[in-house]
Amino acid sequence: MLEIKNLVVQIEDKRILNGLDLTVNDGEVAAIMGPNGSGKSTLSYVIAGKADYEVLDGEVLLDGENILEMAPDERAAAGLFLAFQYPLEIPGVATMTFLKAALNAQRKARGEEELSTPDFMRRVYGAAEQLEIDRDMLKRALNVGFSGGEKKRMEILQMALLQPRFCVLDETDSGLDIDALRIVSEGVNALRAENRSFLVITHYQRLLNHIVPDTVHVMSQGRVVKSGGKELALELEASGYAEYRATEAA
Amino acid sequence: MADITTLRTAAETGLSKLFEVRRLKLPGSAIAREEAFRFFEAAGLPHRRVEAFKYTDLRAALREAAPPAEAPSAEAAREAVKTAKGFAEAEAARLTFVNGHLVPALSDLGALPAGVAVTPLTEALTDGDPLTQRFAPVAQANENPIYQLNTAFMADGALIRVAAGAKVERPLHLRFVATGTEAFSTATRTLVVLEEGAEFTLFESHEGPGGVAYQPNDALDAIVADGAVLRHTRLNAEGAQAVALSTISVRLGAKSHIETVNVAAGAVFSRHQIYLLFAGDDATAAVNGATMLGDGQLADSTLLADHAAVGGVSREQFKTVIDGDATGVFQGKIIVQQVAQKTDGKMKSDCLLLSDEGQMMNKPELEIFADDVACGHGATCGAIDDDLLFYLMARGLPRPEAEGLLVQAFLGEALEAITHEDAREAMIGVVETWLAGRR
Repeated sequence: MLEIKNLVVQIEDKRILNGLDLTVNDGEVAAIMGPNGSGKSTLSYVIAGKADYEVLDGEVLLDGENILEMAPDERAAAGLFLAFQYPLEIPGVATMTFLKAALNAQRKARGEEELSTPDFMRRVYGAAEQLEIDRDMLKRALNVGFSGGEKKRMEILQMALLQPRFCVLDETDSGLDIDALRIVSEGVNALRAENRSFLVITHYQRLLNHIVPDTVHVMSQGRVVKSGGKELALELEASGYAEYRATEAA
Repeated sequence: MADITTLRTAAETGLSKLFEVRRLKLPGSAIAREEAFRFFEAAGLPHRRVEAFKYTDLRAALREAAPPAEAPSAEAAREAVKTAKGFAEAEAARLTFVNGHLVPALSDLGALPAGVAVTPLTEALTDGDPLTQRFAPVAQANENPIYQLNTAFMADGALIRVAAGAKVERPLHLRFVATGTEAFSTATRTLVVLEEGAEFTLFESHEGPGGVAYQPNDALDAIVADGAVLRHTRLNAEGAQAVALSTISVRLGAKSHIETVNVAAGAVFSRHQIYLLFAGDDATAAVNGATMLGDGQLADSTLLADHAAVGGVSREQFKTVIDGDATGVFQGKIIVQQVAQKTDGKMKSDCLLLSDEGQMMNKPELEIFADDVACGHGATCGAIDDDLLFYLMARGLPRPEAEGLLVQAFLGEALEAITHEDAREAMIGVVETWLAGRR
């Protein structure tokens, strides 16, 4: 599904990713953990196509196709989705209007017909109910005045609606209380499927109790330095990142 | 000391000649026209060294004085109106003006809402209607050269009277349409008088051909008596070469309210002037502007709010989107007279720059002589936020659509102030059309 080969990225002359390699297979949930500053969020932005980053080397292949040359909207249409660590507030754009525009833009890019309004509403309300999102929230401006938990739920709602094939969750657990964490995790788990993969970026094991990963990768200094099964996350929780920071210092 | 001779431009000379020819042919007494024109003539067309026109050089923009348009034939009027799109979907009674002349055959003069009386301006001036004594409800406008020219040359328009206590639901749409292939000028004056406690909704649309450098000068005088409410939405969709000048002057009685929104996308050069006089206590005003400009355009919104009574509340919000090498101008002045305690005035101008070549000029002014007031102003200027753009694109919206959504959101704040749903929808449609033209 997703293959990252020797990815080297810098921002304003500062090297962030140093030859990162990572493979996520079909249906796999891969977790990325690592200390602050190891390059986790940069990885998520580079995959989604944020302009500020300069890719010096390497490839990001989605089903064998290098997506690095694509604009962010083309990547989205190809099935990529990034759940933002800090979802943006867009005053003046009603959530419903935004959702419809996004969904139809992707359908159009894939050569599919636009959804009828009743069909669209049905899908939105269905997804909203599962995520315990109030219908009134959908009428409000996107993310404006939403709590941290509401914003994250709105990200998962978008994911559910857009049905991407590859989802990157960038610290989706940050700023969530226990109930919100449960709701968001259930939302993600409901989307797990044979043909859909996830890259779950987090600092903490906590999230991985709810979204149980198939593989866990540890990032340090812009590279994956250790990979393992879900037990690796538990080890990290016990031992901390000191070992990996020591590697950085060496 | 040597005599100083002021060099007069071709347009100034032309205007003087036109006035000499026209003054006795125009309806009504020539005295007011004479006085206005003499004032205008003494100062000439305003230019950059005149403070109020610092960013909007009317002398440079108005090269020639175009001859006043004659009344169109019935056939020409019908054809012209077919192209008019402004507020077309809105349910309203209509008064149609083609090239500045009222066309009764295309107007609902006989089917006006209850409580509303309309007299064509030509008739009112000829008959010496007493309402014509109530022109220029805000005295400062008389010192303005654009308004002076309008007073001197006004050829048609309407007097609209809304009876005391009448809550008129059906809006009245003043539909101004220009047509022609050679340069011409128009000058219309409309006076709206809302008697005590009346409520009234007025739409104004101004549209014209793209290939003609015509020169409209439209003035709307409004007297909003105690407890009355006037809602006004104005669309400037003038042709691409038009030099469009307009003035709205409003006198507010006690506890009255005005809502006025100007949506501007047309004309190569436009100036919309707003004069507000808070004459009665506790009057409120919501003044909004949404301006969309592309290559070569200049649009100026100039506001004067004069608080001359206690407890007036004014909220002004102007939004300007600038593309290409366009120039936006906002000048806003709030005067709080000594008597006008408890005045609450807030004025804001925001600009969204879509190109590196565009520019926005903001000039806020506060003159406060009372000591118990809350007055503020602010101005912002910025490009589209890259992070917002990325967020929308990451959800699959192509760049033009993502930008469009952000432009709509930006202007939306000003358009949301339009109470009347049909008018608001129509103006949102204007923004969508403008955006579609950019793509």
